[in-house]
Amino acid sequence: MCTYVTEKLAVQGSAKGTATWLPVTVAMVSWDHPQHAAAEHTLNLDFLDPARGPSARVAVELCEESARALARAIVATLPPAESQGGS
Amino acid sequence: MSYTADALTAESLRITGHGGDEIEAYLARPLGEGQFGGVVVIHHMPGYDRATKEITRKFAANGYLAIMPHLHFREAGGASPDDAAAAVRAAGGVPDDRLVGDVAGSARHLRSLAASNGRVGVIGFCSGGRQAFLAACSLQLEAAVDCYGAGVTGAPPAQGPFRFTPLIGLAPRLSCPLLGLFGAEDRFPSPEHVAELDAELTRLGKPHEFHSFVGAGHGFFAVDRPSYRVEAANDGWPLIWDFYGRLLGG
Repeated sequence: MCTYVTEKLAVQGSAKGTATWLPVTVAMVSWDHPQHAAAEHTLNLDFLDPARGPSARVAVELCEESARALARAIVATLPPAESQGGS
Repeated sequence: MSYTADALTAESLRITGHGGDEIEAYLARPLGEGQFGGVVVIHHMPGYDRATKEITRKFAANGYLAIMPHLHFREAGGASPDDAAAAVRAAGGVPDDRLVGDVAGSARHLRSLAASNGRVGVIGFCSGGRQAFLAACSLQLEAAVDCYGAGVTGAPPAQGPFRFTPLIGLAPRLSCPLLGLFGAEDRFPSPEHVAELDAELTRLGKPHEFHSFVGAGHGFFAVDRPSYRVEAANDGWPLIWDFYGRLLGG
């Protein structure tokens, strides 16, 4: 099925593709058909800078187990929210 | 030179789509003399990609004028299909009215070709299946094929930028016979969604023919994806050739 399930959020940071770094201002998280990964559905991460055009994009497609592990790792690695960035 | 199966030519060109916009399209035509039916091929959400161009050529190889409009051209015409698909996802998907206008422009282009017999059908895969139904309810066409389109009955999740509505209310305006090809293991459209559409079209007296393939889920025609199911695909293609053969005279 096409799930259409997508979350879109404004972000601030940078991402690097095979060639160079780009600033990222938009992130999309979706659970839908991948472009490349060998699975019917994957957790798809897109980091975009729409001001630089549609090709300013770094994309990742992860199987469900990998995506959950990544989500846990992100939460475990981040400093507590109240520290606002830590040292 | 008379027409022989499997001989074709294909090219990218510009056509006039919704709102008079110029958009890219991929056109494949049988080689040789003859009058041919036309097919508008609607690509799936992953975009205007090589796999769907191959499907477009398959129709030409089987004696149809076939065209695939680049539904993501406005957002990202020069980008790779996957980047263009991401840009359109971020924008909330292809608007329904724009889809109808682009299919109308594609059908108009097919009918303008000297080799056209005037009859045009539509086919769509995945999200394109829903859009094929939408086009057939909005335009005068001769045949429509919905390959596992979700959201004709049953609403996609109201999450994120997408805002699609179910199309079942348009069914009284269906302009042509509909062939539906579904996977019995699919969840969206589920067998219940398919049964609901079947019942509504029967109630309305709309000619239709549905097939659900056991052992197949979503995307069983996609030869480059793990969802490919050779038995369902091998059974499905002859149904398409028979349906279009009767209605489009290819």
